[in-house]
Amino acid sequence: MKYVDEFRDPEKAKYLLTEIRALVDKLQAGRDRPLQIMEVCGGHTHAIFRYGIETMLPDEIELVHGPGCPVCVLPMGRVDDCVTLAEIPNVIFTTFGDAMRVPGSKKSLLQAKSEGADVRMVYSPLDALQLAKDNPGKEVVFFGLGFETTMPSTAMTVLQAEAEGIENFSLFCNHITIIPTVKAILDSPELQLDGFLGPGHVSMVIGNASYNFIAEQYGKPLVVAGFEPLDVLHAVWMVLKQIDEGRSEVENQYARVVPDEGNMVALNAIGRVYELREFFEWRGLGSIDHSGVRIREEYARFDAERKFAIQSIKIADPKSCQCGEVLKGVIKPWECKVFGGACTPETPLGALMVSSEGACAAYYQYGDVEKIHDLRAAIGADDCQVGETQAAEAS
Amino acid sequence: MNSTVVELKPVQEKRRRLGKVNVPKVTMAHGGGGKAMRDLIDDAFVSAFDNDALAPLEDQARFRLADLASIGDRLAVTTDSYVVHPMIFPGGDIGKLAVCGTVNDLAVGGAKPLYLTCGVIIEEGLDVQVLRDIALSMARTAAEAGVSIVTGDTKVVDKGACDKLFINTTGIGVIRQGLDLGVDKVQPGDAFLVNGLLGDHGAAILNARGDMALSTPLESDCAALHGLIDAILEAVPEVRFFRDATRGGIATVLNEVADASGVGIEIQENQTPLRDEVKGFCEILGLDPLYLANEGKLVCAVPGDRAEAALAAMRAHPLGREGAIIGAATDNRPGRVVMQTVFGGRRIVDMLVGEQLPRIC
Repeated sequence: MKYVDEFRDPEKAKYLLTEIRALVDKLQAGRDRPLQIMEVCGGHTHAIFRYGIETMLPDEIELVHGPGCPVCVLPMGRVDDCVTLAEIPNVIFTTFGDAMRVPGSKKSLLQAKSEGADVRMVYSPLDALQLAKDNPGKEVVFFGLGFETTMPSTAMTVLQAEAEGIENFSLFCNHITIIPTVKAILDSPELQLDGFLGPGHVSMVIGNASYNFIAEQYGKPLVVAGFEPLDVLHAVWMVLKQIDEGRSEVENQYARVVPDEGNMVALNAIGRVYELREFFEWRGLGSIDHSGVRIREEYARFDAERKFAIQSIKIADPKSCQCGEVLKGVIKPWECKVFGGACTPETPLGALMVSSEGACAAYYQYGDVEKIHDLRAAIGADDCQVGETQAAEAS
Repeated sequence: MNSTVVELKPVQEKRRRLGKVNVPKVTMAHGGGGKAMRDLIDDAFVSAFDNDALAPLEDQARFRLADLASIGDRLAVTTDSYVVHPMIFPGGDIGKLAVCGTVNDLAVGGAKPLYLTCGVIIEEGLDVQVLRDIALSMARTAAEAGVSIVTGDTKVVDKGACDKLFINTTGIGVIRQGLDLGVDKVQPGDAFLVNGLLGDHGAAILNARGDMALSTPLESDCAALHGLIDAILEAVPEVRFFRDATRGGIATVLNEVADASGVGIEIQENQTPLRDEVKGFCEILGLDPLYLANEGKLVCAVPGDRAEAALAAMRAHPLGREGAIIGAATDNRPGRVVMQTVFGGRRIVDMLVGEQLPRIC
């Protein structure tokens, strides 16, 4: 397929891997721990597993799968709010597909649907707006989630609703913003990361300057990367090159899509509709200051939170979850106590087992199960029984 | 119509006159057991499925055992329900699917498909003409496949109690002597083949729902595969198993085989045949084509040294032109399916947990 196959060329991959190998040999001399590079974005995590990139990289490079899967980091309390909204009579609750399965404290949207709630999967917030126009007697709520990648489309939809005077449409805003979260990870005392792959799609909106503090204040290289497998390898090589040359800069590997200054039209729409929340709760990471946005007062009538007076209840993450440590790269997914035992894609306990972009789900689905089993045995992490863990949670 | 196999009831001197429906939509009256129901059954089904076993309209179809025994030594029975939405899609409709799907479930076991039943559940309000068209599509597909629809059942339910039309077909076939196919018979060294481009049905159905507003010429691959299976068996009688790769796609079939046979399976991503439209569709929606449904694609395994012969037989058949050898069974990691990616990496291809849902970004 044109414009895709070129970025999946195994010959070019071999060449890049040789170059990466050479750099790693040079850098590893005198080091006693692997080079840790975090890919911030869930799209990268998905590509890494989809193409088996970890199996191609030298063992001395450890990819740390960061917090950039918006479905994963959604706290349970917010899922409960979605279910509450969906179960209001006369509401059509619309959502992107992969949010349907995320477990709340009692049920997921998929379960609410099976019990009679009108939950519909859409592919764009504009589809939800169209539903509102087609069903004037109903209240249509769209579940807005995601980073700056999806924010412009929901902001534009709110602006469109206003322009067309559509009053039966509202947005349940759960958008989050990546920069404060990366900062929180950088401030973590356990941090060992050597560099970052920056999120390509977020950067297409916000531009590259927002990451300067990572290079300047924390001295870590960051390379904004595309989502094809060659993009990922190329960006890894660029990070290693910076380390080798003693540089820490923000570089743009994904220049075919990401302009340095971002997308002004998108940023304007975001700025018009949203403002920062004081803090937002992340599953696995806890509350992070200024990490979420809400709808401005001006557009309050399109805000499902206000319209339906949603009182968010905070639900603590299960105690046995170690998602936070996995997100920061302190432990690998398979080192978590409940990985593959009490926590599986069928019955996820933790954020990272929820979506296919979550690191744990990716390891579980695409990973080398026998190898993981051996590794778990070596660290004494026996597969615990589901029942036992639930009992432990309850106590 | 294989008339030698059917017990011919005393041929009626004169066939009774078939009833007609004179209203545009199916109503609850058509499920009431009275004249309206008889008219609907006559109008839509009996006239379309017309054959000697069905003609007497007894409560059951009857066959002579001796006739069946002349074909093989075991009966094969299978049943499947069809609830596809939309009912009519590029490349087929629920009727064609209900015939092909059940014929294929018989054929992959090495059975010669002979008879189908047809049970329908109709939502009140369905256009009678749509029902006629779908019954005709079933009749046409059955005739092409050489099977007869010999008995049926019709129910009408309240609006909202089903989605327009659900069809159940049960199939009866006879397995030829000496054939013993099974997913537990694969051995290390065996080769895996598919008969063509994968994922067309799944992608066409998703696309036909219209939610994506994508304009692509994707068509379902819906087809009856028994002719192809006969051709492959003729050339390579050592085939270990056939499976039609319907819901869950080839990934699911391969996992079932790895599990049942206790072998590892290694497939090559660059050997899996996919059309560009399906690739693009999956790229846009974040879906994996290995899990997309097919309705005219089978997976089979043959001893490694017979792979080329099987491939040649496959490609010589109209339904196997784009057939390919996609991988092999190994004694590494029994129970696992591993894919060598186009990029040179390796990954596990596992069973899907639930439905494949598009990714958010």
